[in-house]
Amino acid sequence: MSQYDAIIIGAGMSGLAAGIRLAHFEKKVCLLEKHSLVGGLNSYYKFQGRRLDVGLHAMTNYVPRGIKSAPLNRLLRQLRIDYDEFALCPQNYSAVAFPGIKLRFSNDPELFSQEIRDNFPGQADGFRSLVRFIMGFNDLDLNAPHTSARETVRRYVTDRLLEDMIFCPLLFYGSAEENDVDFSQFVTMFKGIFQEGFARSLGGAKTILDVLVRRFKESGGELRLRSGVKRLHLGRDRVESVELENGEVLQAGMIFSSAGYPETLRLCSGSEAASLRPPTGRLALIESINILDRDPGKAGLDSTIIFFNNSERFAYERPQKAVDVRSGVICCPNNFHYPEPLPEGIVRLTHIANPEPWLAFPEAEYREQKQSWLQASWAEAVKLIPDFRPHIVLTDMFTPRTIVKFTSHIEGAVYGSPVKHRPGVTPWKNLFLCGTDQGFLGIIGAILSGISIANLHGLK
Amino acid sequence: MTREEIIKLIFAIIAEIAPDEDLSHVAPDVPLREQLDLDSMDFLDIVMELRKRHGVEVPEADYPELVTLDKCVAYLGPKLKK
Repeated sequence: MSQYDAIIIGAGMSGLAAGIRLAHFEKKVCLLEKHSLVGGLNSYYKFQGRRLDVGLHAMTNYVPRGIKSAPLNRLLRQLRIDYDEFALCPQNYSAVAFPGIKLRFSNDPELFSQEIRDNFPGQADGFRSLVRFIMGFNDLDLNAPHTSARETVRRYVTDRLLEDMIFCPLLFYGSAEENDVDFSQFVTMFKGIFQEGFARSLGGAKTILDVLVRRFKESGGELRLRSGVKRLHLGRDRVESVELENGEVLQAGMIFSSAGYPETLRLCSGSEAASLRPPTGRLALIESINILDRDPGKAGLDSTIIFFNNSERFAYERPQKAVDVRSGVICCPNNFHYPEPLPEGIVRLTHIANPEPWLAFPEAEYREQKQSWLQASWAEAVKLIPDFRPHIVLTDMFTPRTIVKFTSHIEGAVYGSPVKHRPGVTPWKNLFLCGTDQGFLGIIGAILSGISIANLHGLK
Repeated sequence: MTREEIIKLIFAIIAEIAPDEDLSHVAPDVPLREQLDLDSMDFLDIVMELRKRHGVEVPEADYPELVTLDKCVAYLGPKLKK
């Protein structure tokens, strides 16, 4: 039986980051990934000769090299990665678009403040105070209690429309709760999106993942792909062993799971784990990736990401129907400052989905439903951007069913359970959580989660 | 180990953790964190690198002994005898 200091379940951004920290400080680490590729919720795949990204459209928290206290630079130091290795290319600009009003923002926070002053002059002072409060708030405190971000923000911003427009991008990019988010997480997302901003690696998610895998391996870590966990065998107060789907049994002093809390409990033996029923996430996403025969910039689409809501009231909740196309995210990966333009035009469209029908459709109906929702999604998007439909050469689409298949997240809940476990502890003293259900989200959040939990529980 | 050797090994650790820092003008009697952009996570990494590279254990109660280069030399000297 193989014996390790630490086993990590899931080679996504958080598992890789935890693995690098532990291996760098001479722990014997085994990183298990059930899929044949690393990345988990932020990964890539080959489709008709192209390499396409799945997961977040952009990396949040972009700052230049010099700002040492920023999360991006802190995590690079922790992982001993040089800034240039991520090959980050900053965005053009992005926007929140609601009926009749659009607020642009960029990697210069002044643009968003200016847009708020111009469009909501009566709210400008309140917004300034909110930003001051946010910038002084320690959002990475692992012991902070859960509080409603809506309630806190309403102390500063009293216009419901502006409130919804501020929340829209932050909820879409990482809230596991319907219509709200924990205030600490709100602060993390606010800083990452409105104060710092977006960038994308030249080469997409693969660039970041390749760097992380290389650092993990050169630090002495062992990465096992196609190695799903079948069972965590529990003793009275600890995990005794880890059984893989191929029957092999491993032992380790510490187990770090990035699989999600309900998903981790589902792997556990015995009735105690089964009796804990943490809530599973109600929010799932659907996304189409549309390849165009021209650069969208030439057709007048120069924004990087548009977070939109075309209905009277923004609803971030599980829809009655299979998809809620009235709101969503439109991302144009061409619109980052690359050294050279991308070879093809791409438009990504993302909406909230109800996982139940997507998991239940028989195969033929599943394909039909994808087609009809794709048409509906396109029709909604072209209310905001130039009509790209005649230029589509190829489309691929993922649904909650795809997420379940490749990541094991229950009902395709990409942001995990609405109840987070920030300190990363479980009822079993050598089993820790990192990643989505620890509660730092996004690419930078996931990496910080892996680092923080490894430091706290693995390197003390 | 001489004073120069100890400073060299401290600088080697800082250079790995924070490669952008200019180490050519570090004053020996001024706290490192006032001269260099090091946060508490970076400082803990210096302690962990000392253990990894040189087998030196620095208990948490002794962290103030590593505040300046002068103090590092005084504290680490006896622990790095070879």
